[in-house]
Amino acid sequence: METVPQFFRAGPSPQVRLFFFALLSILLMVMDARFSSFSGMRQTVGMIIYPLQRLAYIPATLLDQAEELINDFHLTKEIANLREQYFLHQQKLFRLQMLEEENAQLRKLLGAAQQTEIKAIMAEILYVPRDPFNRKVTLNKGNSSEIKAGQVVVDDQGVIGQITQVHPFLSEVTLITDKGHSVPVQVARNGLRSVISGAGKNNELELRYLSVNADIEKGDLLVTSGIGGVYPPGLPVARVENIEHDRSQDFAVIMCTPIAGVNRNRHVLILSLTAPIPEHPEEEPKHTTQQERRSRAR
Amino acid sequence: MPDDYFDQELPLEAKSSFIFLSLLLALLFNLLPLQGFILLLQPDFVAMTLLYWSIHYPQRIGMTLAFMAGLVMDVSNSSILGQHALAYCVITFFGMILHRRLRLFNSFQQAPQIFWILLIAQFAIFLTGLLGGTYFPDWYYFFPSATGALLWPVISFLLGIPQKPKRDPNEL
Repeated sequence: METVPQFFRAGPSPQVRLFFFALLSILLMVMDARFSSFSGMRQTVGMIIYPLQRLAYIPATLLDQAEELINDFHLTKEIANLREQYFLHQQKLFRLQMLEEENAQLRKLLGAAQQTEIKAIMAEILYVPRDPFNRKVTLNKGNSSEIKAGQVVVDDQGVIGQITQVHPFLSEVTLITDKGHSVPVQVARNGLRSVISGAGKNNELELRYLSVNADIEKGDLLVTSGIGGVYPPGLPVARVENIEHDRSQDFAVIMCTPIAGVNRNRHVLILSLTAPIPEHPEEEPKHTTQQERRSRAR
Repeated sequence: MPDDYFDQELPLEAKSSFIFLSLLLALLFNLLPLQGFILLLQPDFVAMTLLYWSIHYPQRIGMTLAFMAGLVMDVSNSSILGQHALAYCVITFFGMILHRRLRLFNSFQQAPQIFWILLIAQFAIFLTGLLGGTYFPDWYYFFPSATGALLWPVISFLLGIPQKPKRDPNEL
């Protein structure tokens, strides 16, 4: 029998090891991408690296404080500016209050459902991933602040994205520019409804499946339509940047740019979920019989 | 054979605690909340640390550790699980099979060869991302490999400090 001295024993060759681990990682990738079956494991690992992420964030906070110190010199000017803005907004707020009361009255008259008030939680962007494939960011609020998956994230100008994964102290936001992310929108000018999807690129959104003759122009503002119950209605999403009418295709190619600073801001707002989605109504028996007939005909 | 090969000192054995600490620090550097231009240039410090250890101490660091580091990186990056794990295993593989050749050179001469290894690892990430269904990135996606190669002498100097043999003042 051949014996190898302890000193020369090296285990399996690098090729064999690489093959094994490549197979393992491909298996993981398929399981994760197709069945997304590792959210528990993600949470535990996320918990372990949380202190590291906090530690890595310290330089940024220090920089912030230094900036604030410098900004202190311009405080009087800024206060004057803010006061001016405050008065402007106060005036608008009075009108809004009036309108809200009027709206409530009208709704009562019509017997329509009351609009729910939306609560918001402030959060900071903790980490932006390094590779350009995933358009996701990590926020510093999680389960402990009662954040739930599905909540909408906005900044002062418009929609940024939606929370897709919640860790105990962190949460992940899928940006609206992500390739697999869609938002129900309508054109603010004429109420034309559609669905806007991310192009997977920086600062680009696509409005798919609008027919060539749809009434849409360059510069149109797109706001959330509120259909689907996830996004509250009326939040600005994007502005139409470019429209291409290609006669050979059924749909126009409409490119838009997001209004919110999807990759500019540090502070964002997490909106609470709007009213719970009503359950699907029972299908009427008539409908099923039609389906049965159809299936029988096949 | 490079001239200064015989002037190299025999390094001491690396401490496991130092290897672990260096990986943790590299992860910390990877997690820095950078934005815009600097983010584009930021090299993958974990990949470079793994490469250093697999070139200089291939017996001490295995692919299992590289795989684990990759999984941690995947979670913090919120990418598909296994993407970075695969890339880091590829890096360790090249470190293992090339370590005898690479150790002939000093760290400045190693840098251009490190560039290709980092590029291959990035290409692995890129390919798996492409299979996952993303768009084709711009050419500057591969910048971090170049900055990584430029930073290689610095990193290998820093990681080599604790293994420097201590001079005996009474020696001849």
